[in-house]
Amino acid sequence: MSDDHDDSPIAARVRELEAILEEKGLLDAAELDRALEAFAHKATPANGFRVVARAWVDDDFKAALLENANEALPSVGLSMGGGLQVQRLYVVENTPQVHNVIVCTLCSCYPIALLGPSPTWYKSPAYRSKVVSHPREVLEQFGFTLPAETEIRVWDANAETRYMVLPRRPAGTEQLSEDELAAKVTRNGLIGTAPV
Amino acid sequence: MPRINDVGGQDGFGPVIEEPDEPIFRADWEAHVFAMNRALIGRGVYNLDEFRDAVERTMSHESSYYENWFRGIRTLLEEKGHV
Repeated sequence: MSDDHDDSPIAARVRELEAILEEKGLLDAAELDRALEAFAHKATPANGFRVVARAWVDDDFKAALLENANEALPSVGLSMGGGLQVQRLYVVENTPQVHNVIVCTLCSCYPIALLGPSPTWYKSPAYRSKVVSHPREVLEQFGFTLPAETEIRVWDANAETRYMVLPRRPAGTEQLSEDELAAKVTRNGLIGTAPV
Repeated sequence: MPRINDVGGQDGFGPVIEEPDEPIFRADWEAHVFAMNRALIGRGVYNLDEFRDAVERTMSHESSYYENWFRGIRTLLEEKGHV
């Protein structure tokens, strides 16, 4: 991070502010590098994939996850902490009757600890405005068509409360190991804009 | 009165565009803004709620996500007399 050669005006303004803050002792460049490095390695969607795979193979874990996700996560070595403050997590389960989608209409609240940083479309006004009023249309923009009779529930996250979708286990995966199951899950599946 | 960030249910923002394999940060300065914010909150220079409020009241739909973050951070630091 300290090796930054971006010439754009915004990059220059960011560097300028950083320099002021360092001079005042409010920031330390080495500390920023370390924090970012740790964050990039720890917060990835692979965490969410593991949670889903475990829920698919372990009914007790799944029940605990749906009941109180914050308490269930430590048994797979994860938590919602490690960020700026601990957030309440709700895991919402897809069923043949109900499909869940998550959004943050106000900004970009997202379970970063389990999914990594959110994609740009999740933070876009286009997604945030429309998924609450026309969820089926938005899912179709992702190439995902749900049967007309499936109920769609949209969960609006906020600063204190985050959501993650538990997708349905794909058919024909009975013989797969937990790791192989985790590899079937996608980030969009955990947001609800893909089936798995 | 709702702030401009409160877009739920509004029309006119166009289609959702998904960019396959997008990087976590589009430019190095975005990573700097992200890390700076965590460090400043971690040190108690301001808290998460103050940050959210500052971004909401200074944001523009014409600016990118991290441009809005930067404007919010800068505004808070000015208001608190740090810059």
